[in-house]
Amino acid sequence: MNGFEGLPLWISIPVALLVMLGATLTLIGALGFVQLSSFYDRLHAPTLGASWGTGAIILASSILATYLQQRLVVHELVIGLCVLVTIPVTLMLLGRTALLRDRTENPTALPEKMRNSLDAEDAAQQEQEAEERAKQSSA
Amino acid sequence: MIRLIPHPLLSVCLVVIWMMLTAFSPGHFLLGSAIALFAGWAMAALHPPSIHIRRWSVIPKLIWTLFFDILQSNADVAKLILTNGRNNRRSAFIFIDLKLKNPNALAALAIIVSSTPGTAWVEYSSASNRLILHIFDATRADHYHHVLSDVYEPMLMEIFE
Repeated sequence: MNGFEGLPLWISIPVALLVMLGATLTLIGALGFVQLSSFYDRLHAPTLGASWGTGAIILASSILATYLQQRLVVHELVIGLCVLVTIPVTLMLLGRTALLRDRTENPTALPEKMRNSLDAEDAAQQEQEAEERAKQSSA
Repeated sequence: MIRLIPHPLLSVCLVVIWMMLTAFSPGHFLLGSAIALFAGWAMAALHPPSIHIRRWSVIPKLIWTLFFDILQSNADVAKLILTNGRNNRRSAFIFIDLKLKNPNALAALAIIVSSTPGTAWVEYSSASNRLILHIFDATRADHYHHVLSDVYEPMLMEIFE
């Protein structure tokens, strides 16, 4: 029915373990996504599914396909690569948006050091230094 | 040559990916090459900073280190999520002073930080070269400081700068 009857144990056991590992990690990630209370905490949960959740499943798929087709099958690595290079785009976008929202609407929820943007802080510091220098040169 | 194939590395990677996803036949090689060529021109129109990889030999070491780091972080974060509410986990923001300046190296660092569970890239200022990360477990702040500035940053500097 499924064509896997003749599969030897030494290939089916690692494949099954990897699929279970990937699926479990993804499930835990989803669970964390529901349970966690702060937005920033919730950013971390889906990375479980995106890293080893995906990784273990594509590795299992690659091993199984390589055995069944009797040649090296590595298409899955392309999926892994695409997931890997696109994670930062979404996560950084979400993280920075949340930070901008908190700074404008609810700055007291953030630690004191976080309330101004880094660039604004740097500009303020440079201004202060320039003022001091101006004072020194005039004195 | 440079005008015809402005991003040779990107184009070669695209051809390889195309062949992997379709079939290793001359027809697909031609089609893939044409697509890679156009993608290279499109990329050139964006004027990205060019990539000069100084040391290829460090890349496998970086991937190897990252592989085990991600595995370890997966286990840590999974454990913390499963015991959520019963442990006294606190998350925190940490500030890291970077030495890296190269935009490509920073992009690689962003991938490393984002794909490792437990750390999220929140803000970066190119003026002061400071990075703000959000970490899932505040007790590991020292660990992340150490790993980023003593392990990944020197490797990325060796590769890109």
